[in-house]
Amino acid sequence: MFSTLDFSVIPLALPAIFKGLAFSLELTLIAMIGGVILGTLLALARLSGGKWLGRAAKFYVDIMRSIPLLMMILWFFFLIPLLTGQPIGQEKSAIITFTLFQAAFYSEIMRAGIQSIPRGQVNAALAIGMTYWQSMGHVILPQAFRNMVPVLLTQTFVLFQDTSLVYAIGATDLLKAAENAGMLYGRTVEMYLFVSLIYFAICFALSMLVKYMNKRIAIIR
Amino acid sequence: MIQIQNVSKWYGQFQVLTDCTTSIAKGEVVVVCGPSGSGKSTLIKCVNGLEPVQQGKIIVDGIQVNDPATNLPKLRSHVGMVFQHFELFPHMSIIQNLAIGQVKVLGRSQDEANERGMKLLDRVGIKSHANKFPGELSGGQQQRVAIARALSMDPICMLFDEPTSALDPEMISEVLDVMVDLAHEGMTMMVVTHEMGFARKVAHRVVFMDQGKIVEDASKDEFFGQPRSDRAQQFLSKILNH
Repeated sequence: MFSTLDFSVIPLALPAIFKGLAFSLELTLIAMIGGVILGTLLALARLSGGKWLGRAAKFYVDIMRSIPLLMMILWFFFLIPLLTGQPIGQEKSAIITFTLFQAAFYSEIMRAGIQSIPRGQVNAALAIGMTYWQSMGHVILPQAFRNMVPVLLTQTFVLFQDTSLVYAIGATDLLKAAENAGMLYGRTVEMYLFVSLIYFAICFALSMLVKYMNKRIAIIR
Repeated sequence: MIQIQNVSKWYGQFQVLTDCTTSIAKGEVVVVCGPSGSGKSTLIKCVNGLEPVQQGKIIVDGIQVNDPATNLPKLRSHVGMVFQHFELFPHMSIIQNLAIGQVKVLGRSQDEANERGMKLLDRVGIKSHANKFPGELSGGQQQRVAIARALSMDPICMLFDEPTSALDPEMISEVLDVMVDLAHEGMTMMVVTHEMGFARKVAHRVVFMDQGKIVEDASKDEFFGQPRSDRAQQFLSKILNH
């Protein structure tokens, strides 16, 4: 069956595909960084002991986790212009949606990470005169991050693969670019195969990075 | 230096401390002992406000610890504390462990903090391990680093919460030696411990607790000579006679 395939179209499609890939990576990177920061704040809010702050954070996380990402992408894209009166564009909309959505998942990971640090560490930090925020910033969060790096990066794999969902609002990511090229040259199957290979190569490289990071930053116990 | 006045504390319905009163003068070494669950660790954690109290007053260096208006971080920065499980920061090297408080809390420069840190490491005999991580050191070494970390803040008094309870027997003496030196230098110390040898050697007073109450508060000689309470006599006979 492979005799009917023609991969000679790939070089022709490369520029468009790279552009798509660049957007997928940009989306992943921004949503990861923004999501981890926002997620950490959500986790701190949930652990703060403040009744309403904690509840608000939990409500946010519960909502985000119970609605499919595809729905979020569509809702955000169509609802925000209705509320604000002006369109925000596919790419910006996708970036904001992904950041907000990922924050919910990262926050649960960070919460587990923070809770995995023994209470005695907080006491030790407070005992040398650190404030609550200093003890978080210098003692608890750095350890929580290190402990959670494998899980945070696993979540990032999922994020990277999920960026393909932005096709729903017409943003051109890696998958969409390949699809367009496939249509243009009448070689859809080849393009899907090629793009799968790219997804695999990137995820495989990432998993190597995870292994390396684990060795480098793991806490000696 | 430290005054504990009629302190009571509850965990929910359960009363852990009942009307505890004692005090520690400047330069005094007071050993707090008693059976497990007697509230001695809880009491010492109340002294620097790591645990809240519901009744009574705790005053350290003239400042009331359990007053909501007290700047606790500032007060704690000059009350050194050593924990049962060392609680070094595992993601920092030994010298970083000693420098972090000096830099972030006292506002010293990194160089100044490192220099002071190295001096203290030398003093507790860990200088050669300055760039290692806590996980690479033995328990006894880690606890000596923890003492050095507390000293790096130039404390006006030191609190020890069962500093040798988590150590293998052969490591206990290296930690006690450091503490004995400290006591001889005139440091004000409150020490929760079962090490009666240490108490005999350097303590001025011994406080005996049972079921959240201070049952006995006597000078060392009185305590080891003839404790007044039956409970303290029983306790002593159990831990001294084997």
